[in-house]
Order: sequence, then structure tokens, then C-alpha cells
Amino acid sequence: MQQPGRAAEIKANGIGKSFGSFRALSDLTLDIGRGEFLTLLGPSGSGKTTFLMILAGFVQPSEGRLFSDGADITDRPAEQRAAGMVFQGYALFPHMSVEQNIAFPLKVRKKSAGEIKRRVGEMIERVGLKGHEKKQPSQLSGGQQQRVALARALVFEPGVLLLDEPFSALDKSLRGQMQAEMKRLHQETGTTFVFVTHDQGEALALSSRVAIFNHGRLLQVGRPDEVYDRPANRFVAEFLGEINMLPLKGVRSADNGATGLCEDRAVSLRGNAGAVGDNAILAIRPEYMSIAREAAAGENCIAATATASTYLGAATRLDLTTRQGAKVTVSVPNEVAASALGNGKSVWLTWPAEKGFLLPDGG
Amino acid sequence: MRGILSDRMGAALLMAPLLLFLVLAYAWPFLGVVKWSFTLPQPGLGQYDALLTDPLVQSVFVRTLRIATVVTLVSVTAAYAITVVWVRGTPAQRLVAEFCILVPFWISVLTRAFGWLALLSNRGLINTWLQSIGFISEPLTLVRNEFGVVVGMTHFLIPFAVFPLASAMRSLDERVLLAARGLGSSRMRTFWSVFVPMTSSGIIGSALITFVFSLGFFVTPAILGGGRSVMVAELIYLRIFQSPDWGLGAAISVVLVLFVGVLMALLFRYVRPRQMI
Repeated sequence: MQQPGRAAEIKANGIGKSFGSFRALSDLTLDIGRGEFLTLLGPSGSGKTTFLMILAGFVQPSEGRLFSDGADITDRPAEQRAAGMVFQGYALFPHMSVEQNIAFPLKVRKKSAGEIKRRVGEMIERVGLKGHEKKQPSQLSGGQQQRVALARALVFEPGVLLLDEPFSALDKSLRGQMQAEMKRLHQETGTTFVFVTHDQGEALALSSRVAIFNHGRLLQVGRPDEVYDRPANRFVAEFLGEINMLPLKGVRSADNGATGLCEDRAVSLRGNAGAVGDNAILAIRPEYMSIAREAAAGENCIAATATASTYLGAATRLDLTTRQGAKVTVSVPNEVAASALGNGKSVWLTWPAEKGFLLPDGG
Repeated sequence: MRGILSDRMGAALLMAPLLLFLVLAYAWPFLGVVKWSFTLPQPGLGQYDALLTDPLVQSVFVRTLRIATVVTLVSVTAAYAITVVWVRGTPAQRLVAEFCILVPFWISVLTRAFGWLALLSNRGLINTWLQSIGFISEPLTLVRNEFGVVVGMTHFLIPFAVFPLASAMRSLDERVLLAARGLGSSRMRTFWSVFVPMTSSGIIGSALITFVFSLGFFVTPAILGGGRSVMVAELIYLRIFQSPDWGLGAAISVVLVLFVGVLMALLFRYVRPRQMI
């Protein structure tokens, strides 16, 4: 992290952290690639922020080692690691102007006055704060303060930028705007970004890879589509979005997939379907399921009855109950939903073989 | 609207006894003092004229300002260090600091002044000890001079200087300090360019309180100054009970109260009262 202008590559090796008897982080091994945009995702208390603080050097791990570009930085104090950091609530210096805030990391590095002026000017332009140079942070809106925090963290060209839930205080429309801005800054600077959030939509939209945490453990790390379509376990599947789960019996692995019995009907799965046991849970995202009037031969389908519908504008969300009592939610075009509704009317739920995946039974 | 009105009435009723007491016991008699300053021994501005020309009165004012300034500088600096430990130290350090801040409140100002006398006088503990280890041959004059007064007053005022600083330090966002370090700033640099400026309201509040208190000190300078380092309060006492020159004593009182009033106005202007306690 010490070479400016060059994205850092970070390796965490068996990192753990205990606060008294509380185990905040357990046995975390994770490689963060040069220039990647990695999101640490999880509910509060999952260990994601603890890991970010360990990366920044504010928290010392109880065990394990941390490497940056091959050098062991576990014992290096925060001020010598100099990872750029954007805090929740921004943590701007309230007694300094916008300009002085952004100049601070350059001043402590004893850069010449001319260089500081030039780089601060460039950065202010880049984050769109021109005209606000002399203002105090308290005179700025939330979004503008956010930009100052980003500019201050990026101005000294750190090898890695750490972001701790930076958008949690912004309203929804500003959030979207700042997300786009951050994506642009990531591309422009080429720096490694490590981003903490508990918002799965944000994680999927921004990252090149997502690492999902729960109870201090790293559960899965992968590209957004990988973790969304092939979650490693039930927690990841549910945390990343709505999911339908149906009990599956007599599971057998088959050519490039698996087969089994769902509600006494043979169903098949294609692709990397997940762990195979005799009993498992078949998981399918609501948007991959559709409604049919007739059961088509050779396709996955089970019978269900619609119990409620919610109009969402672009689509309608239908809640259904299968014959054996499983609850299923699907998102379908509005006219399909209308035809499916009716007193006790039975419909067929279908889904493509490659969209279903297996989760271990009960886990 | 009715709610606000009744809240205000309630607040006024709660404050009434205190206000009444202040008016009867303080403001009303003080008006009498103001009257004396213009009427004794004969009506006119004679006493205020004397204030501006009498070299003794002037030297006392100058000494009072000088001592108050030195005491303020030393007290606020020492209090800052203690407060950092009290607010940001380990639990054990906090306990020790809290003890050091609170214990002086339980010992009367008179007792403390005599305590310092016992420590600092020519045959006091410090001089005897320094002589016995051969560090000095003649006793140092540590008391019955301004040094003694400054020591005694500083000791008394440090706890008062602590509270505005503590509230400023407590309200400081810890993440801002982390941010400074994360941006590459050493602990020293973070202290001087982030921590100190961000607690400046506490420093101003602390300095003003200490300074205002110092101006009116009586017991400590009277005992530790030994009549040689007379401060304003003692001069007023001398003019009223010993000279007696009530008119001059009253005029000095009026000037002192006005000066303190201006300082208090500044205090409330720059530091919100909430931050001082």
C-alpha cells in the first residue's frame, strides 16, 4: 500500500479477531486482487467492518497475517499503511475548509506547496466540487461532504481505498448518483477498492467480486452473478435476494447436473448444481420462475395455487402455495398474473433447468 | 403555542427563587457600591480619576492581570494534559485522573493555601529537602511572592479548567482522529493539527473561566503573597476595612465587575454555555 499510484494486492491469511469473549472474525483467508472492486457484504455484526478496520490498521488481528504486495503489514501502524479510507459519516475535519481537508494527506507527506495546490485542484475538479473550495464541511450537503471524503482519501494515490458504508446517510436518488460516481472513480484511478455495505443491491451493482460474511465468517466470495445464481449456502442465497425453496427427494447426480423428485414430480437441474445428498433443497429465484396453464413434458413444473398478488407496476408479484404446502413467490408479467388468479385455480410453476440449484437440506 | 408559554412560565417559576436571591443579596447591594463610588467622600468622578492616576492602584491592577494570565496559561495547559488522560486513558488511568480532579474540591481553599505555605516557606518541606541533599545552600524564596501566589491559584483552578475541556473532548468524533491517522498523519501531528483545533472551544471556555476566577482571588494571594503580592480583591479589602477609603474601594469593585462582565459576555458569545460543564 505504500507505493503511490499503483494498485495494491492484498492477502489475508487466517485472520481472526476476538474482542474479549466475542469472536468478531474467524479464520479469514482472502486474496484481494490488484485494482479489483471487492465488496464486503453482510448484516451488522458479521465481521465485515472489523476486517476493514484490520485492513486499515486501526484494529490489530488476534491471529493471522496480512500482506500487501507480498510484504507483511500485520504490525504496521495505520499511518504507515496509508490506505485511503472513507468513513461512515465521512469524518471530515470540521475546522478545515474543503481545500484544507483534501490537502491534509499531502501536507503530512511534506509535498511542496506547488504540488499540493496542483493535485488538490485536480481532485476538486474530478469530484465536481469546483466553487466549494473555501467552504467549511458544515456548509456542504451530504453528497458534497461525501465527495470531499472521497477526494481526501484518493488525493495521495493510495494503493487501496477502503470504504465503510459510505452511502448509508444519503437518500435513495443521491445514493444512485454517488454509486455511479464511485464506479467512475474506480475506473479512472485503477486503485483497489474494498467497500463495506449491508445493502445487497449496492454490492451486486458495484463490485467485481462480493465477499459475504456472517457471524464473523467469510461464507462465499465470487463475482456478483456467481454468488447470486450459485450461492454456497442458504444464508448467502437468502441474503442476496428473495429465493424460493422446495424440498427435493431422491437426488441423483446426472450428466452435467442432477435430478430429483419435487412434490412427486421429476425435476432436473443443469450446470454446477451444488452439493448432492439424498435429500436437498431446490432453490430458484422468483424472477426465473413462470406460470403455465398446462404441464409441458420434459420441463420442470409443479402445481400450485395463487393466494395473493401485488401489483408492482412493471410486473406483478404472485404468492402461491404448492400442493404440499410450500410457499413460493414469483414475479410475472401483469397479464399472466391476471389469468392465474381465481378461486382455487391450479396453475403450473415452471423454471429452466439451469436456474435451479441445490442447497444442503436444513443448512 | 400554549405549551411553549406554559413551559416558559414553568421555567421562570423554577428560576424565580434564585433570581430573587441574586437581586436581593447581590444586585441591590452592588447598586449601593456603585453609588458609593460616585459619592464618597464627595460626589463626582474623583475616585475614577484616582484609579487612573494612583500608581499603587495601577500596579495592583497590572499585577492582577499578570498573575491571572500566567495562572490561566499554566492551569489550562496542565488541565489539558489531565483531561486527555481522564477522557481518553485506560480505565485505570481515568480513575487516577478523576481522583486528582475531584479531591481538591473536598479540601477548603484556606486549608490548601496553608498547605502550600508549609511546603514552600523558607523552612518548609521543599527548601529543607533541597538543602539536606545539598542542592541549594540558601533557602529559595518560593512563597510571599508572585511565584507562591501562582502556585496556589493554579492548584485551585485546575479542576475548574478541566470541565470545559472534558466536554469538548467527549463530544469529539473518534472517527475523525482515525481518519487523520489513516491518511498518514503521525500521532503527534494528529494531536496538534486535529485534536487541539477541534477542542478549541473547550480551551477558550476553560481559559475564560480560569481567568475570570483568577481576577477575584482573595484568600490564596493574601496568604501566599504575604502582603507583598497584593491583588485587586485584597486591595478592595484593604481600602474598605483598613484605610478606610470606601469610595476608592467601591470604584475598584465597579471596574472589576465591569471587566469580568465583559469577559463573561465573550464567553457566552464564543462558547455555548452547554459546552462548559
